[in-house]
Amino acid sequence: MDRIPVEKTYKLFIKNEFVRTESGRSLAVPNEITGGVTNVSRASRKDAREAVIAAKAGWHAWSGKTAYLRGQVLYRLAEVMEGRRAELAEARTSTGIATEQALEEVDLAIDRVVHYAGWTDKISILLSSTNPVAGPHFNTSSPEPTGVVAVVPPDGGATLLTLVSTVIPVIAGGNGVIVVAPERDPRTTIVFCECIATSDMPAGVINVLTGLRSELVPQVAKHMDIHALDLWKSSTVGDALAKQAAVDGADNVKRVKVRDSAAIDWASDDAQGLSFIEPWLETKTIWHPVGL
Amino acid sequence: MVTKKRTQSKTSRGRTGTSSALVARNSQDEALHLSTGGVSGRRNYRPPHVPPVEAVGLEERAASLAKRSIKKASKVEGLKMAISMMDLTTLEGKDTPGKVVALCRKALRPHEKLDVPSCAAVCVYPNLVPIAKRALAGSTVKIASVATAFPSGQSPLKVKLEDVRRAVEFGADEIDMVIDRGAFLRGDYGKVFDEIAATKEACGAAHLKVILETGELGTYDAIRLASAIAIEAGGDFIKTSTGKVQPAATLPVTLLMLEVIRDYVDAGWRMIGMKPAGGVRNAKQALQYLCLVNETMGDDWMNPDMFRFGASALLNDVLMQLEAQQTGRYAGEDYFSKD
Amino acid sequence: MASKELATTTAVQGTMNKPPKAGWLYAPSIEGADHFRLKPRYELFISGKWVEPHSGKHFATVNPATETVIAEVAEGDAADVDAAVKAAREAYEKVWSKMRAAERGKYIFRIARRIQERARELAVVESLDGGKPIKESRDVDVPLAAAHFFHYAGWADKLEYAMAGRRARPLGVAGQVIPWNFPLLMAAWKLAPALACGNTVVLKPAETTPLTALILAEILQECELPEGVVNIVTGAGATGAAIVGHPGIDKIAFTGSTAVGKRIQREIAGTSKRLTLELGGKAANIVFADAAIDQAVEGIINGIYFNQGHVCCAGSRLLVEESVHDVLVRKLTRRIETLRVGDPLDKNTDVGAINSKMQLNKIQELVAAGVSEGCQLHQSHAKLPDRGYFFAPTFFTGVSQSHRIAQEEIFGPVLSVITFRTPDEAVEKANNTEYGLSAGIWTDKAAKVFWMAKRLRAGVVWANTFNKFDPTSPFGGFKESGFGREGGRAGLLPYLADAGSFAAPEAE
Repeated sequence: MDRIPVEKTYKLFIKNEFVRTESGRSLAVPNEITGGVTNVSRASRKDAREAVIAAKAGWHAWSGKTAYLRGQVLYRLAEVMEGRRAELAEARTSTGIATEQALEEVDLAIDRVVHYAGWTDKISILLSSTNPVAGPHFNTSSPEPTGVVAVVPPDGGATLLTLVSTVIPVIAGGNGVIVVAPERDPRTTIVFCECIATSDMPAGVINVLTGLRSELVPQVAKHMDIHALDLWKSSTVGDALAKQAAVDGADNVKRVKVRDSAAIDWASDDAQGLSFIEPWLETKTIWHPVGL
Repeated sequence: MVTKKRTQSKTSRGRTGTSSALVARNSQDEALHLSTGGVSGRRNYRPPHVPPVEAVGLEERAASLAKRSIKKASKVEGLKMAISMMDLTTLEGKDTPGKVVALCRKALRPHEKLDVPSCAAVCVYPNLVPIAKRALAGSTVKIASVATAFPSGQSPLKVKLEDVRRAVEFGADEIDMVIDRGAFLRGDYGKVFDEIAATKEACGAAHLKVILETGELGTYDAIRLASAIAIEAGGDFIKTSTGKVQPAATLPVTLLMLEVIRDYVDAGWRMIGMKPAGGVRNAKQALQYLCLVNETMGDDWMNPDMFRFGASALLNDVLMQLEAQQTGRYAGEDYFSKD
Repeated sequence: MASKELATTTAVQGTMNKPPKAGWLYAPSIEGADHFRLKPRYELFISGKWVEPHSGKHFATVNPATETVIAEVAEGDAADVDAAVKAAREAYEKVWSKMRAAERGKYIFRIARRIQERARELAVVESLDGGKPIKESRDVDVPLAAAHFFHYAGWADKLEYAMAGRRARPLGVAGQVIPWNFPLLMAAWKLAPALACGNTVVLKPAETTPLTALILAEILQECELPEGVVNIVTGAGATGAAIVGHPGIDKIAFTGSTAVGKRIQREIAGTSKRLTLELGGKAANIVFADAAIDQAVEGIINGIYFNQGHVCCAGSRLLVEESVHDVLVRKLTRRIETLRVGDPLDKNTDVGAINSKMQLNKIQELVAAGVSEGCQLHQSHAKLPDRGYFFAPTFFTGVSQSHRIAQEEIFGPVLSVITFRTPDEAVEKANNTEYGLSAGIWTDKAAKVFWMAKRLRAGVVWANTFNKFDPTSPFGGFKESGFGREGGRAGLLPYLADAGSFAAPEAE
């Protein structure tokens, strides 16, 4: 006798919980393998607002931990992903790619998380300085996380690898993140969220809003309590949407970066490193007299 | 002594002047106790000089004392000592004679089967003192009453002193007063001192605990200063908290206050007691506090005359631990009375 | 409050300074040692296998708290060292230098994790073998060792960042000789950066404390670290000399006494071997009158009695501003009475066993010298166990810079108290030593902290704290306390070919 499988429900991921959109709306995303559709929560502006509140709390909790502990949590995320290697690969095949290619991508993604696990306690070493000011003062500069960063990862390509490559460096620096999920691969997105939820990551550090990018990108660009916007152009984010977001971001002097996904070879070492961490840090300089 | 008010009104006639502005200002002065010299006339009070406190080091020392592993006979001894040091407390607007009588019974005989001492005292609001007095007549359990517009202390001194006198009249053996934190934080240390001294006088034979409300003071340096003022003004005990504000007692705060007492005793002062209140919820924590007292102050403080716990839920947890020590298995909540 | 008296005796004023009478006594709380088993005999660890020593000889390692034998370990000789170096060279050429850096890093992450998994076993063995309190091995040594591997694991694929525009090439085979005071931690401090930079290793643990390094070897096997990447050769001075002298080694790292360090430096001179040394110290712990005095007392106690004073960076000279000398001495006298000396496996023990009979003799000799030189002895009344090598926490007052106990490293729970009047004088006295490993500054005034720190000739300056270690924080000395740093980015440089180092010309 054939057994029917239990279908997964696709919800938003806010504060380490899976919640439905308050708007009740859904988005139908085609499944290349089954030929059917997946109904994904279509996040509203109110959901975005909740995500920002969560991300703010998450940022404070996360940046209050030691760099060592952040590294431990990211390494644990890699452990969890390694345990779900087959599941992540299977999720990736829902966009039509072959299993072997999917497994390669998953391995790269896991190794990239390990790479960033090893970054957390080195950022300050490499980006700090004691500055030789001309006077009897001790002067030091060091990096601090910017705060709440909205990340819009590339869509339609190696979804898991690009999710990891764009989101993890931002949190490695101590920030809280709101991810405007790729529209084309909800299965990978949700398994990735499940990995985060079981990884000892504090609630609110990573929040994921699924839905229409044409609605969500302007909302996060305009939100006055989001400090930065990391926008990757791809099939679902074109020039016009990107430009408008950059213009709107100026309302609260957001740190905005608009980059083209096609310009990066995501599988190479060029797609990782300090240059992915640094834009989301602020430098603080402290002076103190030296004397009796 | 009539003193000039800061903003001079042409109709000023001293304290009972008729202009409404003047009346308002008199009341404000009375409330804030400004420029009237205070009970002991200490207009130019110089607060005690206290050495600085290094917070990280203090917390590390407290944490290292909390790591002591107390087992077997020393655990049983410690838990029994903790019971004998408890001020079993109920301070709620909804307290009734029924509640207080049950509390007194529990303080007197905490458990039918386990061989444990009585608690040191019960701690109640003034109106309930007569009830406690009847319930505890002839026992060793003392009656402590909060007073001085507990928990805020934001009332005129006259009112606060009357609060104390009534409680003493009703039969309180001990008074737990609150300092004026508003005065402290705005730097009016003279008022803080005066009120403690006046309260001590109003206590008569009753012994005085001074609650600093450490959770409102902001820094360990402030707690150190407040402790010193309380000791110099005549307090018999210094106490951390009312239990109505978080954070209440903590190990580092308790360690700090003990160190202040120790410095005064070293300088020749009489022995002063210490009471952490609020936040000591279980037996493990109680033992940690005892390690603190043991290794900071020594044997002379390891008794109810010098150290108390302000607690309510703590007693049952200690009893459960004592039973577990005896029987070798974890106790269940249902086997201990909830009063 | 301070009197003008400087020559205090043990009978100090105050109501609280009586020797402790029987009060609330803590029952023994012994850490269980029955959840693992030590082998009765350990062999050498070469090329990923347990190998019998060439001589067939083994020697005993003793528990200094009970004077009983815990296990036997192999005595490696020059032939064994040769085999180990060959194994390391082969592993370097064929496997380790060819492996992708990120993969190397993942092995090191594994090691860190497995140390965490076997943490309790490692802590108990460390206390059994070396005598340090379980409280310390459990809460300091083992967690720091794991953290060290974690930190360096992450550097493996990021070395170019550390080298700022230069290349990042390993040196080849490193020979490492470590001491008995923090056996596992010193192994971590040596292995982690060496491996992260792509080198392979021959390591010799101290002869009185070989066991945790050997359990670490088991862990390396569990992690499937490629054979020969790390080789462990147990033995005593001769074994160490064989490593230092072996021509197949590119770099020597040594932590130990200054005397031996100088011998090594002489031996290596004229060769192309690179060298880093972490040697002895006689650190000044400087307390000003405006210090947070009760926390300063804790810092002093921790500075000299932590790990029984077997610490190269121990605060063994207390330099106290004269105006607070008496208060401080009174508080110290009282405080040492609450230090619990005894069974290292008792969770309440603060001061454990002295590592060996030899070390105990050395401490006793120097303390006798202090007494005969006229300094005043203050000692805790702790009852010492009948067996084992124990010494009660001690300090001397009336010490001046010219006394032996102010100059020679005692490496035991013995503190010398010296006074000063001004910050300039404190700096002068602090620097008046051939050593330069660490220093402590206690003052509430931040500007004074920076002023003093700038002038102290010491590699590690602790302000309002002491004995703090972190894998990201470079540690190492000035002057005869050695050269080279361990921890942080600076800790990578000794293991990279294109970074500056000493005692040898750059090999191309």
